[in-house]
Amino acid sequence: MNDVVKIIFKRLGLGLVTLLVISVIIFSAVEMLPGDIAQAVLGQGATKENVAAMREQLGLDRPAVVRYFEWLGNAVTGDFGHSLVSQKQVSSAISERFANTLFLALYAAVIAVPVAILLGVLTALWRNTPFDRVANVATLTSISSPEFFLGYILILFLSVKTGYFPSLAKINAEMGFFEKLERMFLPALTMVLVVVAHMMRMTRSAIINLLASPYIEMARLKGVPGWRIITHHALPNAWAPIINVIALNLAYLVTGVVLVEVVFVFPGIGQMLVDSVTKRDFPVVQACCLIFAATFILLNLAADVGAILTNPRLRHPK
Amino acid sequence: MNYFVIGYYTLLIGASCLAAYYQARTAFLLLFSLTLGSFIMGIIGGEPALWFVTVSAGVIALAAGTSYAFREFLVIILPDEMSRNVKGAPLTASFGLFVVMTYAIAGLFAPVIAPFGEAEVISTAFAPADAQMLLGADQLGRDMFSRIIYGARNSVGLALLATAIAFFFGAVAGLIAATKGGWFDQAMGRVVDVVMSIPSIIFALLLLSIFGTSTTTLVIVIGVIYSPRVFRLSRAVAGNIVVMDYIEAAKLRGEGTWYLIRKEILPNSTAPLIAEFGLEFSFVFLLVAGLSFLGLGIQPPTADWGSMVRENATLVSFGEITPLIPAGAIALLTVAVNFIVDWMLYRSSGLKE
Repeated sequence: MNDVVKIIFKRLGLGLVTLLVISVIIFSAVEMLPGDIAQAVLGQGATKENVAAMREQLGLDRPAVVRYFEWLGNAVTGDFGHSLVSQKQVSSAISERFANTLFLALYAAVIAVPVAILLGVLTALWRNTPFDRVANVATLTSISSPEFFLGYILILFLSVKTGYFPSLAKINAEMGFFEKLERMFLPALTMVLVVVAHMMRMTRSAIINLLASPYIEMARLKGVPGWRIITHHALPNAWAPIINVIALNLAYLVTGVVLVEVVFVFPGIGQMLVDSVTKRDFPVVQACCLIFAATFILLNLAADVGAILTNPRLRHPK
Repeated sequence: MNYFVIGYYTLLIGASCLAAYYQARTAFLLLFSLTLGSFIMGIIGGEPALWFVTVSAGVIALAAGTSYAFREFLVIILPDEMSRNVKGAPLTASFGLFVVMTYAIAGLFAPVIAPFGEAEVISTAFAPADAQMLLGADQLGRDMFSRIIYGARNSVGLALLATAIAFFFGAVAGLIAATKGGWFDQAMGRVVDVVMSIPSIIFALLLLSIFGTSTTTLVIVIGVIYSPRVFRLSRAVAGNIVVMDYIEAAKLRGEGTWYLIRKEILPNSTAPLIAEFGLEFSFVFLLVAGLSFLGLGIQPPTADWGSMVRENATLVSFGEITPLIPAGAIALLTVAVNFIVDWMLYRSSGLKE
């Protein structure tokens, strides 16, 4: 057991270092602006006094290293400074939207994960049959389509033409749980389509890889029926890759949400990021990027730790 | 019940019986599951759902027919050795080749094919389609069809350029890292790890917010984001080759790194690298389309598929499909490239699975 703990701590430490490096990148990217933030925001026509006042306000006269540690220290405690455009606290604006985004991702994941694993197992079981071929082409098409294409198709057919679901996913805190679910159905479905395709292909190849191993051959020769080989012999060993697949796709769900949120006008953090990129509202951009990167790294970390924990060879060291 | 529904089920059931009688197992399974599926879809969606199935089946049949004809065409016109390769290609691959060729022609000869210029205002906003404008006008009264044709040049051209840059730097660095090893390899590996742990669209948004959204920045930013992926793959591919005996022999002969890469490693890793180029291209193409859709990619008035979707998106709420056409064009090209890559990977790996 000791080894496993050691490996996991090593992995966690590596994740922390990566996150630190990324925070440096995000911070120094803004430092690389031609001139500085004050000049970039106020534009060429700004008077010297205005620029100087803004520099004073943002504390730009101090060295970058000092400001970085200040920014990082505040960010860790949840304070991302003030928006340049609305002057409001960034963290209060972000927290509600981030909760919405996480809710959407979770909603999509709850639908996508069971469907994808079931379909992945079925295609692995019936590989090279018409079912498998059709599934292959269908998932490839779904992966290759831009999210906004899938989103608008769903809007066109499930909302405008038939009126089954609302086309805009405008939600607010007063709405009941089920009303929210109904409003968010189309964006969630868009993400489900993309993620299921990915997960299913990865599950399928993970199981097929396993099916080539000698102990499966043995079980087959013993006369074990096909579905039982999958559930009793292949799946227990396939959990590690499958957990990996799930975590990677959750990471995708949280970050790939940007385009979907814009299509459905969903009040999430992705749309906020896009808005502030167009307005060049740097504190918000930094905060959003840091949150997205942190979530992405955390989920990747979870994938690795999950893979370590479910690997029988590591759990029972010789 | 009307004649269409009766005819629909008669045809399906009849065809499945025929397939079963002639022992065509695959065809029977497909046809019969389609029949069963249609029962459910017909009950839920009514006649429109059945029309939808009919139209999609027609489209798929047309695509399959085109791919078959195109493959036979290629087999005849290509020189001997290449035609033997194409002969064994699955229909999906020849479909992919056909689509890519069509796009290439549309992109190269855009000014000849398109009836109007890409920024030419010829009508009122959102004018419906007529004899002059095949697909109607966009939000400023420009011809939609001409803009889609020009989009093949601009969107695909930019994605190709960005992929080529990412690929050049990534592959060169990867090959050098694999051949030389040592500190260069280690350092590059760490840098690549960090860059790859930032989600690509977020990284792109961050960089674009700082450097602005000109075409040059876009190409460079995408090159920076995607070259690490190419680096990883080319390093892995070359890593398997540098341990071979003939590399050892070349090293003992006293050949330099550059010679090893150019004459020994590169010729043996072309197949996976070309496949990787196709894959990278589809990722880059989707990213550029997404950024353009967000208004941060290719800037107007240049015709570009991603921004065309955004500009005409309001039409969707009136039940029009025109804004979906450029989006569909993006999807079609990516699918086509993926089909070709699938086939190439299959051929180069020689696996049966």
